[in-house]
Amino acid sequence: MSAPRTIIDKVWDDHVVRSGDASDLLYIDLHLVHEVTSPQAFDGIEHQGRAVRRPDLTLAVEDHNVPTDSLLIRDAMSKAQVQQLRANCERHGIEHLAHGDGRQGVVHVVAPELGLVQPGMTVVCGDSHTSTHGALGALAFGVGTSDVEHVLATQTLSLARPRTMAVEFTGALPPDVSPKDLVMALIAQIGANGAHGHVLEYRGPVIRQISMEGRMSICNMTVEAGARAGLVAPDEITEDYLAGRPAAPTGAQWDDAVAAWRELRTDEGARFDRTVVVDTSELTPFVTWGTNPGQAAPLGDGVVPDPDSFSEPGEQAAARRALAYMGLEPGTRMRDIPIDTVFLGSCTNGRIEDLRAAAAVLDGRKVAPGVRMIVVPGSMQVRAQAEREGLDEVFTAAGAQWRLAGCSMCLGMNNDRLGGPARVASTSNRNYERRQGDHARTHLVSPSTAAATAVAGHLASPRDLIGGDR
Amino acid sequence: MTPPPLTVHTGRAVVLARDDVDTDQITPAQFCKRLTKHGYEDALFAGWRGQPGFPLDQPHLRDASVLVAGNNFGTGSSREHAVWALRDWGFVAVIAISFGDIFRRNALKNGLLAISLPEADVAALSKAAETDPDLPVTVDLEECEVRAGELRRRFDVDSHARYLLLNGLDDIALTEQQDEDISRYERGRKPWLPSLRPGCLSGRGAS
Ligand code: SF4
Repeated sequence: MSAPRTIIDKVWDDHVVRSGDASDLLYIDLHLVHEVTSPQAFDGIEHQGRAVRRPDLTLAVEDHNVPTDSLLIRDAMSKAQVQQLRANCERHGIEHLAHGDGRQGVVHVVAPELGLVQPGMTVVCGDSHTSTHGALGALAFGVGTSDVEHVLATQTLSLARPRTMAVEFTGALPPDVSPKDLVMALIAQIGANGAHGHVLEYRGPVIRQISMEGRMSICNMTVEAGARAGLVAPDEITEDYLAGRPAAPTGAQWDDAVAAWRELRTDEGARFDRTVVVDTSELTPFVTWGTNPGQAAPLGDGVVPDPDSFSEPGEQAAARRALAYMGLEPGTRMRDIPIDTVFLGSCTNGRIEDLRAAAAVLDGRKVAPGVRMIVVPGSMQVRAQAEREGLDEVFTAAGAQWRLAGCSMCLGMNNDRLGGPARVASTSNRNYERRQGDHARTHLVSPSTAAATAVAGHLASPRDLIGGDR
Repeated sequence: MTPPPLTVHTGRAVVLARDDVDTDQITPAQFCKRLTKHGYEDALFAGWRGQPGFPLDQPHLRDASVLVAGNNFGTGSSREHAVWALRDWGFVAVIAISFGDIFRRNALKNGLLAISLPEADVAALSKAAETDPDLPVTVDLEECEVRAGELRRRFDVDSHARYLLLNGLDDIALTEQQDEDISRYERGRKPWLPSLRPGCLSGRGAS
């Protein structure tokens, strides 16, 4: 009998083309490409006279720098990058979803929605949030441009086997706590580098109740704990999500695939290098106060911490620098922090359930005077679905802007980069200095916290709104 | 493109004593709109340069080629532009307590040595370099050793990356030699795995 293995090892073993002493050559089932991290990789293969080995396992999407208020790309450099991607795809026969296509959007929203990510696959992209796809039981991780070039040319990567970590969410799940809050609580618990070098498997009863979209939010932010990837073993929720999607198997192949997916779980008795348990019973929505995603506090009774309260000198210095950048005083209650900009969107929280959660809070209410809110659906299909449900009308009636799909204010590479001083409640994943603008201060929040904050004008959860504001 | 072989390097060090320096700080997104792989020295720490006391602004350390950093250096975005900016500024090595995984991999692919040392060694090295800015710091990839003044420390490095760097080899060319294995693997792939032959997505999912 073979030794019990984790799901992470099973997916790994399934993809070893050739094993070496320190690293294995791993086959990549799906390579996602976008305009920002690929031009130099295409240049590289062309310079060496190489071809794209498997254009049929490659999908390109325009997402990072495209405007979401217009189909016209006015910025010359963005336009050049997009045109370069189009030309590269054309030349190499790669399927490509252009700005304006009904299926375009943030690559990590688009690929699962098309059924391109399935349990047991390996997925890479020149983007760290590729970890999102772990929600479907895939081993999915971000790579740099040199690795993009390597995958274009060979469909493989040489990689050392990662360490494994089990993350068990246990306990009851309070009704106002979203998947985003769970992962933010995890990161706050273990730190922004707490999962360094590991691939995580999310386990336990709580993750089983969470929808595929919620699992994507959790796997998405796994990288913010320093992990390379995180995944969830497939179950019925996974199968229901995939059934009928354009690239999902059909007929007898569907049955074969499902039979294989059902085998894909961690064996009884398999060992993880580390195990972390997060009790969810007492959680409230989480928000960040600092400049990395680990610098977070509960919104319920949380306050901006005193840098001296940290044990490590490095943490103290980081907190001091973060508070200076964020313009916050220790002891300030999180819910007293005023907000002037709200961004709902990104590969973390730009899916239909996220928009529904925010719309449920905004319905019949108004964005507070002086607050600007933009809603950027994760994909054009999400946008169309939201419009079928009338969510766009809820957003616009509340005074928010309703946009086309893209990364937008998540990283401010398009015209949504904030020019002046701003304090943003953002459903994205990174509260780094200057990410959303040179003078932008970012607080990461969940979709319903974002909506409640927009109404209240300060960090707030929907519970804080009851009475008065509607 | 393959970086030239790298064996031993000696240069001066500049200390950036901060944890969790993310790649958005190393190369802000505005600089990632370029189509090239070179010429990113203007991007390096663009948001931090000019701030009072920023270590890289010290004119006498402009030619430093070893960056000494803290915990989790290069965390965040996978952008290789961060490595290109450090390299184009003139850095040959970054010595830190730990690195973001993707950053470390990108660095080694471009001939920028990303070396982890225990916290106490990084602290000692930082102190020595700050006390004597002319202190020669040597990173030796053959011996896997850092040497600076009294300090002599071995480091671990991914052995595949080390082999490529010492010999100036192209990783893609090496992998191409395993073409038969790759083809054999491809023949055994599960028949239901998705494929993106042109037009394949124009089915039910299109709106
Ligand atoms: S939405 Fe933000 S985090 Fe996600 S891929 Fe785009 S820029 Fe990256």
